[in-house]
Amino acid sequence: MELLSLHYDVSGTDFTCAGEASSKIKRNLKELGFPTSVIRNVAIAVYEGEINLVIHGGGGVIDVEISPECISIVLADQGPGIPDVALAMQEGYSTAPDNVRQLGFGAGMGLPNIKKYTDEMIIESEVGKGTTIKLKVFVK
Amino acid sequence: MKISEIKSILNAELICGEEFIENEVHTACGSDMMSDVLAYVKEQAVLLSGLVNPQVVRTAEMMDMKCIVFVRGKQPDEDMIELAVERDIVLLGTKLEMFTSCGLLYKNGLKGGSGI
Ligand SMILES: Nc1ncnc2c1ncn2[C@@H]1O[C@H](COP(=O)(O)OP(=O)(O)OP(=O)(O)O)[C@@H](O)[C@H]1O
Ligand SMILES: [Mg+2]
Repeated sequence: MELLSLHYDVSGTDFTCAGEASSKIKRNLKELGFPTSVIRNVAIAVYEGEINLVIHGGGGVIDVEISPECISIVLADQGPGIPDVALAMQEGYSTAPDNVRQLGFGAGMGLPNIKKYTDEMIIESEVGKGTTIKLKVFVK
Repeated sequence: MKISEIKSILNAELICGEEFIENEVHTACGSDMMSDVLAYVKEQAVLLSGLVNPQVVRTAEMMDMKCIVFVRGKQPDEDMIELAVERDIVLLGTKLEMFTSCGLLYKNGLKGGSGI
């Protein structure tokens, strides 16, 4: 199998469409015949990341590179950035406003959950500039 | 338990997914918080929720869930139904509240995530 690259733009205003990119990525991996566990790990991690792009990042882009050994994902936005990444990584830490909670998100579980479901997670963030999250899931 | 049994135990209305209604499911979870579903749920096949927005269907899709039960008489809109149809997810709606719905299903043999 050759290296396959996918690119998605994620709207920062349309919560209804959040998850569309994750859904497409999931279906792609399924068609390519990856193990169910790998697909599930990628799907949950990307979906959490996509929701964060929408509710915190003001929208952004998702790039995925698929090889037989590894799925690499980069989620990037030019939003407000994360002032304290270590704090944001803690379970339960959330700055999500009430209207986000009413939609069923904002428990402060997304970033720790992404960590749990991926083999590598690197967060690069600068206040006022944006956030880039690089993820890898190895196919074992 | 078959999804059709869930429907009758909860006196629920079938919203979509009739072709899958005889499929077997063994575990369920109940939550209005999708963050928690994504973080804590393991292999549960059924999601009971009082929350109604497209992300409920998306969350179920990411977690490979088979069926969503909307409690407290909540009704999904056309877009959500379309999404569920595309993803082969059964949607049910019951007038019962969350606690009662979960209790009835548990009493009839459906388990939680830890198998208890
Ligand atoms: N892309 C981003 N841009 C700016 N801030 C972010 C971004 N992603 C996360 N954060 C910050 O990190 C916090 C923790 O994120 P995390 O995903 O763990 O929780 P949450 O999104 O608030 O809630 P949940 O993911 O449980 O719905 C957020 O509340 C927000 O302050
Ligand atoms: Mg989040």
